[in-house]
Amino acid sequence: MTVEVRLPTVLRPHAGGTSSARAEGATIGEVLQDLVRQYPGMAGQLITDGGQLHRFVNVYVNDDDVRYLEQLDTKVSEEDVVSILPAVAGGGQ
Amino acid sequence: MLRLTEPVYLRIVGHCLDGLPDEACGLLGGGPGTGKVTVCYPTRNVAASARVYTVDPKDHLKADRDAEGRGLEIVGVFHSHTHTEAYPSPTDVAQAPDPSWHYVLVSLKAGPPVLRSYRILDGKISEEPVVVEAR
Repeated sequence: MTVEVRLPTVLRPHAGGTSSARAEGATIGEVLQDLVRQYPGMAGQLITDGGQLHRFVNVYVNDDDVRYLEQLDTKVSEEDVVSILPAVAGGGQ
Repeated sequence: MLRLTEPVYLRIVGHCLDGLPDEACGLLGGGPGTGKVTVCYPTRNVAASARVYTVDPKDHLKADRDAEGRGLEIVGVFHSHTHTEAYPSPTDVAQAPDPSWHYVLVSLKAGPPVLRSYRILDGKISEEPVVVEAR
């Protein structure tokens, strides 16, 4: 199935400047892989070499953070909106 | 240059003081490319630490949607340093998520809060002037 994926500003240049893309998949992992197939500039920014969700991004299905669901195995359906945002962190140490 | 409305400036500093003894953080909404912040989104620090911060991902999503609804974007992040200067730490630089963002630091190290703003591009830090405007 195809879902809408909302892109953060930092990834938009890899997708021709668009704020929203469409990608296919039954799970978040498949959707993100399809996104990278369409926009190879995103490779390495969403999924690590080890096949995990990259720690510098947060991915949501509708209102829910997939880290609290089934991570990359989280299922998506046609009406879902997937959002990607940067993970924002740092500190004075 | 970063321009903050007075209510945004006060909300940033107030949220940083409220967060003590932990670091506090939040997101800044404004018109993209304008250098002006008109909405402040205080967020929870899910790291709940005096030394590091992580913006609550749910708060981030809410802020992002709210900004979009107003025709704005998230254009930056602020956080406090509770015992160091208002200058980006190596952790801040390593984890800076977006080169188009403004990175606002509030030092609560001593006396009145000190607010400064930076751009971080390819690991290189440059300070920018901050102006507080009435509206």
